[in-house]
Amino acid sequence: MTSRVAWLTRVTRKRWLQVGAVVVIFAVAAWGANRLLERMVVPQTVQQAAPTPTAPAASVPHIIATLYYGTSDGQALAAVKREVPLGDGPRAQGRQILESELEPAPEPFHSLIPPGTMLRAFYITDRGDAFVDLSPEVSTMHPGGSTNELLTVYAIVNTVTANLSSVERVQILIGGKQADTLAGHVDLRRPFERDTALVRETKATE
Amino acid sequence: MVLLLISGPHAQGTAPTSPLTLITRDGRRPVPTTILNGQEFIALDDLASLFQLTVREDTLAGGVTISYKGRTIVASADQAMASVNGRVVTLPAPVARVGRRLLVPVDFIPRALAPIYDSPIDLRRASRLLIVGTVRVARVAVRLDAVGPPTRAIVEITPALLVSTGYDAGRVLVRIETDALDAAPSPAPAGLIDQIQTGTPATTIAFALNPRSGTPRVSTTTTTESTRVTIEIPLAAQSQDTNTAPAPQPAQPPSPAAPVPTPSSAPALPGAAAARLQTLVIDAGHGGDDVGVRGVKGTLEKQITLDVARKLKMLIETRLGVRVVMTRDDDRAIAPDERDAIANNSKADLFLSLHANGAPSATVKGTEVYYLRLDRAGEDARRSVEATELVLPVVGGATRPIDVIRWDLAQAAHIDASSRFASMLEEELEKHGPMGPRPLQQAPMRVLSGANMPAALVEIAYLTNADQEQNVQSGDFQMTLVQGIYDAIVRFRAYLEASAAP
Repeated sequence: MTSRVAWLTRVTRKRWLQVGAVVVIFAVAAWGANRLLERMVVPQTVQQAAPTPTAPAASVPHIIATLYYGTSDGQALAAVKREVPLGDGPRAQGRQILESELEPAPEPFHSLIPPGTMLRAFYITDRGDAFVDLSPEVSTMHPGGSTNELLTVYAIVNTVTANLSSVERVQILIGGKQADTLAGHVDLRRPFERDTALVRETKATE
Repeated sequence: MVLLLISGPHAQGTAPTSPLTLITRDGRRPVPTTILNGQEFIALDDLASLFQLTVREDTLAGGVTISYKGRTIVASADQAMASVNGRVVTLPAPVARVGRRLLVPVDFIPRALAPIYDSPIDLRRASRLLIVGTVRVARVAVRLDAVGPPTRAIVEITPALLVSTGYDAGRVLVRIETDALDAAPSPAPAGLIDQIQTGTPATTIAFALNPRSGTPRVSTTTTTESTRVTIEIPLAAQSQDTNTAPAPQPAQPPSPAAPVPTPSSAPALPGAAAARLQTLVIDAGHGGDDVGVRGVKGTLEKQITLDVARKLKMLIETRLGVRVVMTRDDDRAIAPDERDAIANNSKADLFLSLHANGAPSATVKGTEVYYLRLDRAGEDARRSVEATELVLPVVGGATRPIDVIRWDLAQAAHIDASSRFASMLEEELEKHGPMGPRPLQQAPMRVLSGANMPAALVEIAYLTNADQEQNVQSGDFQMTLVQGIYDAIVRFRAYLEASAAP
């Protein structure tokens, strides 16, 4: 009886060792493939990123993303190319892009998302609906007014849809829940499609 | 015994010219007084019921004990004084008796009762007001500056308060946003003013004009201390002045013949019953904890929207005879759905939401008009309204078509009319002031989506612009905006009537 138990234990251990070996081999292979892909993709994007001086640490691979800010005259949205850390897949990339969008805007643009706002979660459904879950500061610290509110909403919506081709619509959540509005005007209950009506072509120097 | 002695010689009092008016937050009511020996007295039982006092006659001590929440006043029956929680105060006369009633001098209220009462009590002898609690009372003085013609009357209101003015059926109405008026006696009417009435209705001053009068010009100026309304009344022959308060009917081309002095107000009232625009809902944006945009100098959007909404209401009610429902008429928070529900339940024909704007840059300024943009779900809802019509039987054997639409997309069925109304607003407002960088926009505005009637939203000015923040507080600027909105509503009413005509 005892020898049978010892045997079973030995066999189980052997099986686990085999499984572990396979896992390690796969992990090494995936890492190698990833490195290879990065070498193929990243140098190109980094070159494009050169004009924007706000690039973070150079060791992390980056992509060039289009982020939306308020134009210097405060009347419209400006599409601004910025370096954003490379993310693994659309969801991780979306997170990186939104994290960058939440950072202060480069001169001379205006940030449209209230300071202190954090990205709580970001996910994409199979139907192409993205959910941007922001901390309550996006509403409680919002300066208000229809113009400010429309600019904030479409800065987020356009930033997500311009960079992630798999996203068709964007729903903004606040504190994990569906919200009525940011500050009393724009209806947040349903998802938004990309809208460039508020976007103004800006000169490269702006 | 002692009381009987005092009251002996003057058992009968005479009524003064007018009673005191008690003003509390709940309203106003008259409090009768009696004149005895040249002194004005008030009955203790009246005071007891008004102020929840307990009155006990103390024959041994020779006086009356009045209690309120454990605090006591002992009023002497033979000396003109009272002990208030142990402190002695003097009174113009001792307690008196008329028949079975005990009376105290009116000064008993400020001198003895006020010190022990929970709420402030203020007796204003000149205006005969007894004000209890934190009630806003405006001091009002009317004077005639020029008999004329033109006749010029000035209403001085202290402190500075929101005032709405209107002209209707030969009367200029000055309504002051306060709980009560402390009005000095009005001067005798003169010139083109036939009558000056103060306080009927409660916080309104009405000037009845002579039939020879032309359209009056009313302007409001506000300083930090007071608000001044100037009313200038020309003779009818001089009334072609284009700056007069009521605007001409905008939809009509200018006539080459002599202009009619009051074009829109006079014919509007008889036709009002037949008009399709019978109820308008004005939605003053934000309120309560939701202050809206805060200007650099601290101006709050919620206050500006309410000020303008009240002025617009007054103008429309007095000149168009249209019923106006406000989603809020005080400083409180209301959810967007509740605002829509008020409009829908009032069976309103038109919904107008008033807001003040904010932009990331202080240079942005001007008025902007919005109507609803539908998303895909809204477009689907609109198509389904157009395509399907549910026909239900009604009493009498007939049938009636019913539109079925999701309640939160009620606006979908009215987008075309809303677009028309918004365009009219933009066109009329443009005549009265600067427009913003996007004067007319379609956007997914939350408060418009559930309104089951044509609806638009006006962002009256940018509070983030210092000049506009200052302007928007002035009564004149607000009236200019109100006039533009009013003109658009007149046009939209004509549009509704034309579309309803067979």
